[in-house]
Amino acid sequence: MSTLTAVVAVLAVSLLTLGIGAFGLRLSRTTSDFYVASRAVGPGMNASAISGEYLSAASFLGVAGLVLSRGVDMLWYPVGWTAGYLVLLLFVAAPLRRSRAYTIPDFAELRVESHHARRVASGLVVLIGVLYLVPQFQGAGLTLRTLTGAPTWVGAVVVALVVLVNVVSGGMRSITLVQAVQYWLKLCALLLPLAFLLVHTHGHAPTGGARLHAADWLEPMQGPYSLYLTYSLILATFLGTMGLPHVAVRFYTNRDGRAARRTTVAVLALLGVFYLLPPLYGVLGRLYVPGLIGSDRADTVVLALPGNALGGLGGDLLTAALGAGAFAAFLSTSSGLLLSIAGVVGQDVLGRWFEPVRAFRLAGVLGALATLTLTLLSSGLAVAHAVELAFAVAASTFCPLLLLGIWWRGLTAAGAVAGMLLGGVLSAGAVGLTMLGVTPSGPLGAVLAQPAMCTVPVAFATMVAVSLATADRLPAHLGSTMVRLHAPEALQLDRGSYRAKGARG
Amino acid sequence: MSSEATPPRRVRVTSPRAGRSRRTSVASEIDAQTELGEVYMRSLMRSQLRLAVGVLLLLASTLGLLPLLFVTVPGLQGARVLDVPLAWLLLGFLAYPLLLGLAVFYVRRAERNERAFHDLVGPR
Repeated sequence: MSTLTAVVAVLAVSLLTLGIGAFGLRLSRTTSDFYVASRAVGPGMNASAISGEYLSAASFLGVAGLVLSRGVDMLWYPVGWTAGYLVLLLFVAAPLRRSRAYTIPDFAELRVESHHARRVASGLVVLIGVLYLVPQFQGAGLTLRTLTGAPTWVGAVVVALVVLVNVVSGGMRSITLVQAVQYWLKLCALLLPLAFLLVHTHGHAPTGGARLHAADWLEPMQGPYSLYLTYSLILATFLGTMGLPHVAVRFYTNRDGRAARRTTVAVLALLGVFYLLPPLYGVLGRLYVPGLIGSDRADTVVLALPGNALGGLGGDLLTAALGAGAFAAFLSTSSGLLLSIAGVVGQDVLGRWFEPVRAFRLAGVLGALATLTLTLLSSGLAVAHAVELAFAVAASTFCPLLLLGIWWRGLTAAGAVAGMLLGGVLSAGAVGLTMLGVTPSGPLGAVLAQPAMCTVPVAFATMVAVSLATADRLPAHLGSTMVRLHAPEALQLDRGSYRAKGARG
Repeated sequence: MSSEATPPRRVRVTSPRAGRSRRTSVASEIDAQTELGEVYMRSLMRSQLRLAVGVLLLLASTLGLLPLLFVTVPGLQGARVLDVPLAWLLLGFLAYPLLLGLAVFYVRRAERNERAFHDLVGPR
C-alpha cells in the first residue's frame, strides 16, 4: 500500500514538472529563450526559482542525514550554503548581471579577452556540473529504493529522463516557472510532515531521549581536525556558491544589476526559512530511527521518519509527500545543472557543427548520459558531502576568477588560466580521490575530505602572481569592461561591444 | 499649507535640444578613458569594494569566529540558553536572520553609493 502511494506521488511530481515544462514550451522559441528566458522574469519569481533550483538532494535529504549521524557541526552545511549567497551578493551579483554574460565562460571571455580562458572555464563548468549532478542522481536512486524497494539505478534513470525531456524541449523559460513552483513544493513537503511529527512527539514522549545527550553529537567541534574541517567547509561553501554554473546563469534573468541584488536578498530569506527544517528531521531521526545513525543509508532519514514514528495510513501519506518533495529537489537542481552544461557544451563544442538549438539539445543528451554512467560507477558518499565537494572545486576556480576579475584591474588572461587550472586540478584531484573512497588517516585525510582551505589560497595566489608577471598584457578593452561591470545601467556610458554568444538568437 | 488647496499642475519645460541625449562632461571623460574619468570609476569601485569588504568582515567576526570560540572558550561547547544548547540555537536558527540583516544593510548602502555616482555622472 505504502509503495503505491509513494509511486503515485513521484509520478505526480514528474508529470507536473513535464506539464509545466510543456506549457512553457509554447512560450519559448528562439535561442535566447533557451538560455535565459529572454530576461522577462520578475525578482520575486526569480528568487523562488533560484531557491528552487538551489535546494537539491543535499538540502532536502543530505543535511538531515548528516545531522542524524554527526550532530551540530553539520549545521555548517546549510549555514554555508546560505552565507554563500551573501558573499555572492557583496562581490558578484550586480557586476555579473551588468557584465551581460550568460555564463561564467562568457564572463571569462569578456573580462580577460581570451578564447583560451573561455575554453578552460567551459571545461570547469562541465566538471563542476557533473560533480554536482552525480549526487542528485544517486539521491534519486536511494529515494526510490527506500520508497519501493526498486534497485538504485531505477531512480537515477527516471530523474535523468524527466530532466532531459524538460531541458531539451522547454529551455529556460519553462525551467524558471518549474523552479519557482518547486521551491514552494519542497518547503510544503518538509513543513507538513514535520508539523505532524512534532505534534506526535509532544504527545508521546519517545524512548530514545538519551541518544540526544551524547556529547560527541550534541556539542560542537568534537572530532579530530574539527577546526580545520569546519573552516575548510566554511571556505568552500561561502566562496563556492558564486561559482556554481546553474547559479551564475540565473543572474542574467534579472532586469538589471539593482534587481539582481534585490533578488539575492529575497533568496537569502527563502533559503533561511527552508533550512530551519531539515536539521529538525535529523534530531527527530535520533529518536525514532536509531538504526540509520552512522549507516550508509542515513540520507534516507527524512523519508523513514513518518513510517517509523507514526505508521499507518497517515505515515504512508506523509512519506509520499516527502518522496514527492525529494523528487522535486532532484528534478529542479538537475534541470538547472544540465541546462548549464548543455548551454556551454552546445555553444563551445558542438556549435561548430550544428545550429544552436540542435547543438543545445544534443549536448543535453550527452551530459545526461555521461552523468548517469558516472553515477552507476561511483561509490556512495554522503549526498551532502558529495555536493559540497563540487562547491570546493567552484571556490578554487571560478571564485578567484570572479572576485579578481571584477575588483582587480591587474587580472590577465594568463593569470586567470593558470589560477583556474591549478585550483581545478588540485581540488578536483582531492575530490576524485575522496569519491573513489581513498581516505588516508591523519592530516592528509582531512585535507582530502575538505580541500578548500588549501586549494582556494593556492588558486588566488597563482592568479595574482601570474597576472603580475604578465602585467604588460592587460586586456585591450579593460577600461570599458570595468565601466560595464560597475556603472549603474541608467547611465549612458561606453561599455564596450562584447556580446555573449547566446545573445545572437 | 492647507490640504484642500490643489497645487498648480506641473508643466515640464524643455529646451529645444530635448530628446537628444545630453551628457555631462564627466560621462565623456569616462568614455574617453581620460585620467579624470578613471578617477571617477575608481572612486565608485573603491566605495563599493570598501562596503563589501566591511560587511564581509562583519560576517567573519560574528559567524566566522564561532568555530574558534567553541574551541577556545571553556564551557561554551556545552552552554545552554533556555535549555536549548547554544551551538544549536546559533547555527540552526540565529545565523539566518543575521545573514539576511547583513544583506539588507549592504543593499541599502550599495544603492546609496550608486545614487551618488549617478548624481555625479548622469544627466541633470
